[in-house]
Amino acid sequence: MNWLNWLSDFFSAPDHRSGPDSIVHRVSEHLLLSGEALLYAALLAVPLGLLIGYTGRGVTAVTALAGAARALPTLGLVTLAVLLAGVGDTAVLIPLVALAAPPLLVAAVEGVRGTDPDVRDAARGIGLTHPQVLWQVCLPSSAPTLLAGFRTATVQVIATATVAAYVGLGGLGRYVIDGLATRQYAVTVGGALLVVLLAVGAQLFFTLLARFALPPGVRAQRRAR
Amino acid sequence: MDDEPIVRWYWIGDHLGYLGNLLADHAVIALLPVLIGLLLAVPLGLACARFPRLYQPLSAVFNIVYALPSLAVFVVLIPYTGLATQATVMIPLTFYALAVLLPTTVDGLHAVPDSVRQAATAMGYGPWHRLTTVELPAAVPYLIAGLRVAAVSSISLASVGALVGRGGLGYLFVDGFQRTFPTPIVAGIVLIAVLALAVDLLLVGARRLLAPWAVREKGAGS
Repeated sequence: MNWLNWLSDFFSAPDHRSGPDSIVHRVSEHLLLSGEALLYAALLAVPLGLLIGYTGRGVTAVTALAGAARALPTLGLVTLAVLLAGVGDTAVLIPLVALAAPPLLVAAVEGVRGTDPDVRDAARGIGLTHPQVLWQVCLPSSAPTLLAGFRTATVQVIATATVAAYVGLGGLGRYVIDGLATRQYAVTVGGALLVVLLAVGAQLFFTLLARFALPPGVRAQRRAR
Repeated sequence: MDDEPIVRWYWIGDHLGYLGNLLADHAVIALLPVLIGLLLAVPLGLACARFPRLYQPLSAVFNIVYALPSLAVFVVLIPYTGLATQATVMIPLTFYALAVLLPTTVDGLHAVPDSVRQAATAMGYGPWHRLTTVELPAAVPYLIAGLRVAAVSSISLASVGALVGRGGLGYLFVDGFQRTFPTPIVAGIVLIAVLALAVDLLLVGARRLLAPWAVREKGAGS
């Protein structure tokens, strides 16, 4: 039953209720860092992926790149970036963006390529320009795939942002790392549990989004399949 | 940091044996869980393919398992498995591998066309014979696609184990960071990438050998 004791210790500690080490503050740090990384990754990967998917050029390169990126150890990238660029958000953002970009890139490419070719031809036939076809036809029809890509990327980034604490940055990893360093398992386990909750919450959020927020046409198509 | 080069080659030359040991340790920590995951995924996948009712809750559970942060899970396990033991790192990695491999196994088993199944039955194949000679071979390309994803992620994830004392090559990151000495970090990143690439090529080769009919790989879910 020490689990429950640990958790009640963790959640009732005065330091964790208010101030810089409070749970609210750490959670918001964690979400901010993850959100920033996802934003940059999306700005980088989604337009590029849409373009590659639409033109069909470089698809093999993207697949190979995404596979190779999976092998990059985040802890290694974070420590290296800190040694080279100094402690700061940039040092952690680089590896996190490198982690989030490949699934987004693949999702954008696959989404556009998965668009029914007949629909694309029809859109061209009624006089839409290429940018219009990409924007008005391919983008909505790739929404489910893109959303799945965002789900993977978000969950991975939230889980991995924990490592940021190892090089001295904030976020929920602080609890995990500091607890380990001071042998206070209550703190470590509490922090770990919060990360798990955030990751599972993000997963649920995107699952619900895919169910309720997709364009109606796309939703009907998915049901029919 | 200003005069410290990113790589000091003599350090690598001096520590070849040490790097080799870490590489071997890393390969075991990362790949044994994938193997165990595969051994669990095949029977579980068979059960799920036969009883579709079982599959939905199981896949929901493993979806969540896959979302669990590795560092957090390692830490939560420490009180049970101990600090710096292989089990602390290998148990979560096994579950991650299983989470990737179970859906690919089920997809692979579902990919056998009904006509093929019926043809096998019509030729007098019993259920066991049909499973081992028709259905499982047909699932091989899917399994290997899943294995590629699982093995490469496992190799990369295992390095996080260094933070709880058992991460193979990941130790180089901790070591290099604590001494503000980038050379071991670079060596670790490169060796992990090389290990991942080698295993990936091995699996591609295995697919050529075991499933020469699979020209285009399918079912390589993310």
